[in-house]
Amino acid sequence: MNLIETQAVSIGYADKTIIDNLSINIPQGQITTLIGPSGSGKSTLIRALAHLLKPTTGVILLDQENIQAIKTKTLAKKMAVLPQTNQTANDLSVEELVSFGRLPYRRPLAGLTTTDHEKIEWALTQASLQALRHRTLSTLSGGQRQRAWIAMAIAQDTETIILDEPTTYLDLTHQLDVMLLVKRLNEQSHRTIIMALHDLNHAARFSDHLIAIKKGQVKAQGSVKDVMTAENLKAIFNINATLVDYQGTPLILTYDHYQEDQQS
Amino acid sequence: MKNTTKFTSALLCCSILLIFVMLLSLRFGADHIATATVWSALTNPHASGLDQQIIRSIRLPRVLGAALIGAALAGSGALMQGVTRNPLADSGLLGINAGAGLMLTLCLAFFPKLTTVQTTWWAVVGAAISACLIFCISTARNVQLNPSTLVLAGIAISTLFTALSEGLALVLQLKQDLAFWCFGGLGAVSWSQLKYLGPALIIGLVLTLLLSSQLNLAYLTDDNAKSLGKSLPLLRGLALGCVIILSGISVALVGTITFVGLMIPHMSRWIVGSDYRRSLPVTLLLGATLTVSADLIARLVNPPHETPFGIIISLIGVPCFIYLARKESTHA
Repeated sequence: MNLIETQAVSIGYADKTIIDNLSINIPQGQITTLIGPSGSGKSTLIRALAHLLKPTTGVILLDQENIQAIKTKTLAKKMAVLPQTNQTANDLSVEELVSFGRLPYRRPLAGLTTTDHEKIEWALTQASLQALRHRTLSTLSGGQRQRAWIAMAIAQDTETIILDEPTTYLDLTHQLDVMLLVKRLNEQSHRTIIMALHDLNHAARFSDHLIAIKKGQVKAQGSVKDVMTAENLKAIFNINATLVDYQGTPLILTYDHYQEDQQS
Repeated sequence: MKNTTKFTSALLCCSILLIFVMLLSLRFGADHIATATVWSALTNPHASGLDQQIIRSIRLPRVLGAALIGAALAGSGALMQGVTRNPLADSGLLGINAGAGLMLTLCLAFFPKLTTVQTTWWAVVGAAISACLIFCISTARNVQLNPSTLVLAGIAISTLFTALSEGLALVLQLKQDLAFWCFGGLGAVSWSQLKYLGPALIIGLVLTLLLSSQLNLAYLTDDNAKSLGKSLPLLRGLALGCVIILSGISVALVGTITFVGLMIPHMSRWIVGSDYRRSLPVTLLLGATLTVSADLIARLVNPPHETPFGIIISLIGVPCFIYLARKESTHA
């Protein structure tokens, strides 16, 4: 079943169209990853799916309901979003940041309820941050900080979590931590995950569903096996990729620039 | 839990300190008045000697005014730093000082017959006009308020208004009359001004405290806040409204004092942390304490002359600031 559908959606800033007439489906309960070259419109699409940007034409449906018609506060209980740059809030402690995730549920001027505390505790445990809860964000490593932001989204306790390039600027180990956390959220807590990733091998290994975008248009969408083909990679990234099958998942072993004359 | 104890003790210490300096301020001044006389002036409404008169009609409004204005300036500094996400922001960025200054010059130049109270009201109007102008310019091209556009518009308008008022003052030779206002001082604060402006300041301070829990959201980006179901532009609008009330009135009453709004919010953050629900109450109390102490010293250094108040504020504030900054850096 599809959780989110876009129907002939176009999105742009001022007079520049970034996404043109795009229709995609995002299945419920799965990990869907958007892949594509820089500037292809991944972030723009993510922001539109998250209701941070209004499409110029077309509709985005969440559970068959037009996302524009849903109140911001109601939507915040259905969908948590982590935009790409999170360089703010460095003066806050991990726990303070995570408790922001409970804002959609709180009344004005009211304190945290027992449920709020439970959800914050649960989010900190999921992201393995219990020991760091009182540290300020500025004293954490990049990976720990990113986990704190994800924990905020977890505390929001939504069916859907949207992450824009959650592993950018992290080293290998921290990237793996973040990806495993995302996978756990999907498998154990049955969250629908939508994210944009640059690392194609991570996308292949951790996703159920891939959507490949180039110049604002869908080049391929479907299961990892359907999308991660040499043919598609050539069309999307302009590369000649050598793919290997590792335990049923296609992974890129190595790649080169694709040039027309190679074929002759 | 450790944070809560720290907050409670900071709040308690600051309150006691504030009450202490306020009492000292009533007791000491250019005239030597015995403690018993001060007490009777405050408690016995029928005591009507000259000394009691001095306490009631000169020192009391001055001390209350200093406390309210100090809290207002510190609070509006904290609000500005929060909503513009700029640690160096203060209400001067909203053109409050320049607007009030220009209106004051205009009053002195063209309506010299106005009373002090009337001039003060016009200065509040001037501050509000320039803040609204800057606000409109920075939201003109975009529905959302962009902090950096706000800062740029603020600088442009402030510079223009300052240039206009300085030009006028030069042509009409008003420098002498304006000098008092430029250095800042509480000497002119009286009951007739506080009667209306005092309650307005108190309302502004209460609104600021009500905003404190929301103000933490300003640590996030607009996108973050929106995905949590909150609107940062709305919060910014409300906070800037408070800033106009608080610092517009303060600046109109006592002139330009930058240190309080700029430094006190940082000092409170170093003491109780960056959660606005904790730092804002401490900010207001510390601002009031510093302003009352500075005013007391300004009166005592060379009586019966008054030492410029802004200088004293910097003399007390800077060492405190350096101490806290060093302490903070050894922590981190």
